Amino acid sequence: MAPAGCKILDIKDLTVEVEGKEIITDLNLCIERGEVHVLFGPNGCGKTTLLMTILGFPAYKVKKGRILFKDVDITDLPTNERVKQGMGMSFQHPPEIRGVKLGDMVNIAMGRKEGKIDERVVELGKMLNIPVEFLNRDVNLGFSGGEVKRSEILQLLAQTPDFLMFDEPDSGVDVENIELIGDLMNELLGREKIPSKRERSGLIITHSGFIMRYIKPDRAHVMLNGRIACSGIPDEVARHIIEEGFERCVKVCGEKVCAE
Amino acid sequence: MSQEISERAQRAKAKKALLGEDVDIERYTTETNEYGPLTSLGEISKEYEQDLLNAGIEPTEKERSGSFLQRDRSVIFSRVKYPGLELMSTTEAIKKYDWLKDYLWKLIPVDMDKYTAEVELAPSHGYFIRAEAGSKVTMPVQSCLFITSEKIRQNVHNIAIAEENSELHIITGCSVSHTVNSALHLGISEFYVKKGAKITFTMVHNWSGGMEVRPRSAVAIEDDGVFISNYILVTPVKSLQMFPTMYCRGRNARATSQSIVYALDNARIDLGSRAVLQGEGSRAEIISRVIATDNAKVIARGDLIGAAKHVKGHLECRGLMLSDTAEVESIPELKATRRDLDLSHEAAVGKIAEEEIQYLMSRGLSEEEATSVIIRGFLNVDITGLPDALANETKRMFDMSLKKVM
Repeated sequence: MAPAGCKILDIKDLTVEVEGKEIITDLNLCIERGEVHVLFGPNGCGKTTLLMTILGFPAYKVKKGRILFKDVDITDLPTNERVKQGMGMSFQHPPEIRGVKLGDMVNIAMGRKEGKIDERVVELGKMLNIPVEFLNRDVNLGFSGGEVKRSEILQLLAQTPDFLMFDEPDSGVDVENIELIGDLMNELLGREKIPSKRERSGLIITHSGFIMRYIKPDRAHVMLNGRIACSGIPDEVARHIIEEGFERCVKVCGEKVCAE
Repeated sequence: MSQEISERAQRAKAKKALLGEDVDIERYTTETNEYGPLTSLGEISKEYEQDLLNAGIEPTEKERSGSFLQRDRSVIFSRVKYPGLELMSTTEAIKKYDWLKDYLWKLIPVDMDKYTAEVELAPSHGYFIRAEAGSKVTMPVQSCLFITSEKIRQNVHNIAIAEENSELHIITGCSVSHTVNSALHLGISEFYVKKGAKITFTMVHNWSGGMEVRPRSAVAIEDDGVFISNYILVTPVKSLQMFPTMYCRGRNARATSQSIVYALDNARIDLGSRAVLQGEGSRAEIISRVIATDNAKVIARGDLIGAAKHVKGHLECRGLMLSDTAEVESIPELKATRRDLDLSHEAAVGKIAEEEIQYLMSRGLSEEEATSVIIRGFLNVDITGLPDALANETKRMFDMSLKKVM
């Protein structure tokens, strides 16, 4: 285990291709232990590609650069090996799997190879207002947008990773549920602790920035055309985006904060 | 045996079946050893115990209302533990009940093809199961048709009758010993669900790569009757063709058929279910899940015929391809002969989606583990309409079968 305070994720000069097309170019990103970063950017700028590449999905080909996770080079590891090192992901559009129940996914996330939907699973479900009947449904099959989010968070709760990625946790969620999701994200990320005691880290993708009403990240980045175009204090970056749009925001804060 | 029936059978001796490749019946013999009766199922030689277990048969007879075992062409065990239930060989039942002639060859024409003719002309028993009127036999009766000799023909004729307002649960295992390389199984099954009665029928086929199999089955369901069939085949087989028909004759008759098939090696499987909705308000649901790997070729059929007011039928057929040399052909058919009814089907064949594997890997499973979870899920059909204990038991049988596959 690396000592507290060191980098949990260190991405160096990363270039990624998907189906032969370059999506990410020479990207650098560093997340310290205990920090939560938020990644803004317009649709198609490469945000989701970055998360999938960190997770190691094979369609995302690393052409150049390295990904270090807890000081270990994971660039060539398969997804499940990376997950074993302590990363987890909340997907925006997870696939439906017929015959595999949400409860089965919770068991898998807990590291149980086979298992019944027992008390432990039911207890976890309760934390997200997920009833037993819902645990018995085929995962993601006919789930509403909000149900997908809750199901993803439930699986992360079961998995307890120490680096968590959230792909658009605020899209398609109704007002009642977004607060619950925000609360649980704070809990998953251990945000109730004072900053120097925080152990868990996160990377949140948000197009709207809506989730920032409920969770306060430490640092924000704006991604444009496959690069991190600028970085800064989350509230400030968000304000520029809302007032002036992504392109303009990069121009305004680009010189101010990106020169690190 | 009526003269007329055997004459019709004689005339159909060379009649090829409409579906499936032609089986040369003469390659197989009717001359086999006769086996003496057992006093309990547990007496079966240890060598065969696993072959029975694989077909879902419980050698201890625990939690079974009755047990029946036919070895090759001899009935070696038949015991009922439950009042209101009758269980014996069909041969014995024909001797005992004159009225049985009203049930033999009434749902399946004896001259349908050479296989039906063969069973009539050279019969080797089969089971007769009957629940008396009003008797709810919630514990399942188990029946096993077991082949232990090389190159034999097993020609069984099975009859099951659930009299009015009775309930009958049948677990049947057709199994071949691991010591046998090739044999022929011909099975005629005629089931009758009377008014307000219910039959659930769970059948496990435990064959091997040299087996040729031609079952011919039909069910008649009267007013408010319910028939539920669960079929499992996950072992190799040389050639299997069957297309059981459920006739929903009565008002509000209900029929459900669920099949899970894992076709491997060089299997040639042509399998389907047909429901004929003749009773007003009757309903049928036919679900099949087929996995094909190696060089297996599967034709998955489904046929719904709507011929009465307010009937409803649904077909669902899904195929999963695990190899580029396997083949699945899905043939769903709907036929309506009037306007006030509702028939539908969905069919899909595909491979395991890469993104499903990755999703599971992102929760910590290896690629192989993820694949196995997806396959199990694919074959995991909901079992409804069975008593709890039997539902669990069926689930266990599915799981056991799937474990063998993985």
